[in-house]
Amino acid sequence: MARTRRSERGPRRSGPGMVARIRAYFRQHAHHSLGALGRLARQPVASLLTVAVIGIALALPAGLNVLVANARVLSAGWESAVDFSVYLQHGLELERAEALAAQTRARSGIAAVEIISAEAALAEFREHSGFTAALESLGENPLPHTLVVRPAPTLDAGAVAALAAELEALEEVELVQLDTAWVERFLGIIDIARRATEVTLLLLGLAVIIIVGNTIRLDIQNRRSEIEVMKLIGGSDGFIRRPFLYGGLWYGITGGLLAVILTGAALLALAAPVGRLAGLYGSEFSLVGPGMAGFAALLGAGTLLGWLGAWVATARHLREIEPT
Amino acid sequence: MIRFEAVGKRYPGGGEALATLDLDIAPGEFVFLTGPSGAGKSTLLKLVALIERPSRGQVIVNGQSTRQIPRRRIAQFRRGLGIVFQDHKLLADRNVFDNVALPLIIAGFSPRDINRRVRAALDLVGLANKGPRNPMTLSTGEQQRVGIARAVVSKPPLLIADEPTGNLDPELSLEIMRLFERFNELGVTLLIASHDIDLITRLGHRRVMLAEGRLVGDTAADGSGYDVDGDPAYGQD
Ligand SMILES: Nc1ncnc2c1ncn2[C@@H]1O[C@H](COP(=O)(O)OP(=O)(O)OP(=O)(O)O)[C@@H](O)[C@H]1O
Ligand SMILES: [Mg+2]
Repeated sequence: MARTRRSERGPRRSGPGMVARIRAYFRQHAHHSLGALGRLARQPVASLLTVAVIGIALALPAGLNVLVANARVLSAGWESAVDFSVYLQHGLELERAEALAAQTRARSGIAAVEIISAEAALAEFREHSGFTAALESLGENPLPHTLVVRPAPTLDAGAVAALAAELEALEEVELVQLDTAWVERFLGIIDIARRATEVTLLLLGLAVIIIVGNTIRLDIQNRRSEIEVMKLIGGSDGFIRRPFLYGGLWYGITGGLLAVILTGAALLALAAPVGRLAGLYGSEFSLVGPGMAGFAALLGAGTLLGWLGAWVATARHLREIEPT
Repeated sequence: MIRFEAVGKRYPGGGEALATLDLDIAPGEFVFLTGPSGAGKSTLLKLVALIERPSRGQVIVNGQSTRQIPRRRIAQFRRGLGIVFQDHKLLADRNVFDNVALPLIIAGFSPRDINRRVRAALDLVGLANKGPRNPMTLSTGEQQRVGIARAVVSKPPLLIADEPTGNLDPELSLEIMRLFERFNELGVTLLIASHDIDLITRLGHRRVMLAEGRLVGDTAADGSGYDVDGDPAYGQD
């Protein structure tokens, strides 16, 4: 039985039959992809609205991602460029402190050294803390002389730590304190922002699937009679499904393209003010875009999500339609 | 070509549409299916086209029992079948040529073959120059002929039609029936459901009569066979 079947099919499967079938396959795909594109073009307002929603939904996480990436670039140099305070031994003479400051200033890897005398520190403390009475009762100045050291921006975090350790080993030095807490806090915030971006990406990706799925579902409902006719004249499930899948694909591609344009435009618009702001802080910083790979990923994500949305809609709703 | 073996059909929530029906249609036959409204004509055709499945018995089309055809192979099965509808079911969003080409596109024909076959089919139904027209701008008779062209364009060995002249005046009806006769001469088996007793009698092909889901008459083209006269369900229509 199986043998006779095989021999019946044999001649059709081999040789030109196979080639013809492959060509037919590609022909049908071309037919359906162009047909689906034409359908979108014939209802431009509805299509544009859908595409706009997809584009915005994709541009939002993409923009956030750019923001986070830039914050990381910005903060990358901070851990090493941070000032640290060198508290000298209590009771050290001011002259020795000043000598030490000059000595430190002369070292390599140091950008600046500022000396805050115990008196100046006390005066400042008195002014800001409001503990005047308490300080008076203390009698003598409890604060030491302090050197505020700014490492050279070329130093990395390790070199800065090594420098701090060397300074701490000096006899005149009581304690070295790196002011990295706020940098760590900033990095923590960036990390939260990155997570938030991922969640946004997930949710808005889901939203794109739902938007496309719903659009395709309505399309299926509107073309109910057409689908029935197709089924009656021998259109397979795959054949009937394909134009809708291509519809979703086109929505996704155009939506992704719009997201690329929106993100690119936002970057262009921000580049000048960011440059000005950086200039005010004496920084060379300029906005870093997502790059070709990032834009390609955005387009790819749109395409994939559009196709997925259409896939879900067709899987759920095409089977329900049967000719009666 | 078509064989019904003790076929019964009961719709869910409905009555008995067909009751233990036996019928045999040989290849190349031209058969009219008649009977009053509600007799089960459409149901019988739907069983042939696998739009419905029998509740009992089996339907054999082209040597194959439809019971053995799973859902996913129905499409392929229907490609070997031409169906003509009363309301012709043309697609309004494409022209006549593309409507007729649809079965060939589904079957994956090359553009050259599609072009050739669609032209031949349109020529056959007398609409050779109507290809670029939108079907909705054609007359009812012309629309029905486009529907017929679509049904025959892939040269199926079997053509079924449910009241194909239901919306047409007598003159156009005869024209359509003549068209079916030409396909029959080309070897196509035809099974046509119709109310139009006058026209059917005039054309003189085999007549299968149904009433209340039962076979009540089967008259050959030469008039031989049986006819259940006086059946209250038949003849009142
Ligand atoms: N989908 C359905 N669900 C329930 N009952 C149905 C369904 N389709 C048909 N019937 C019933 O089955 C019986 C046969 O219907 P069918 O449509 O086959 O008759 P018909 O001979 O084609 O009639 P007509 O000449 O009016 O078209 C009728 O009693 C009808 O009410
Ligand atoms: Mg009917």
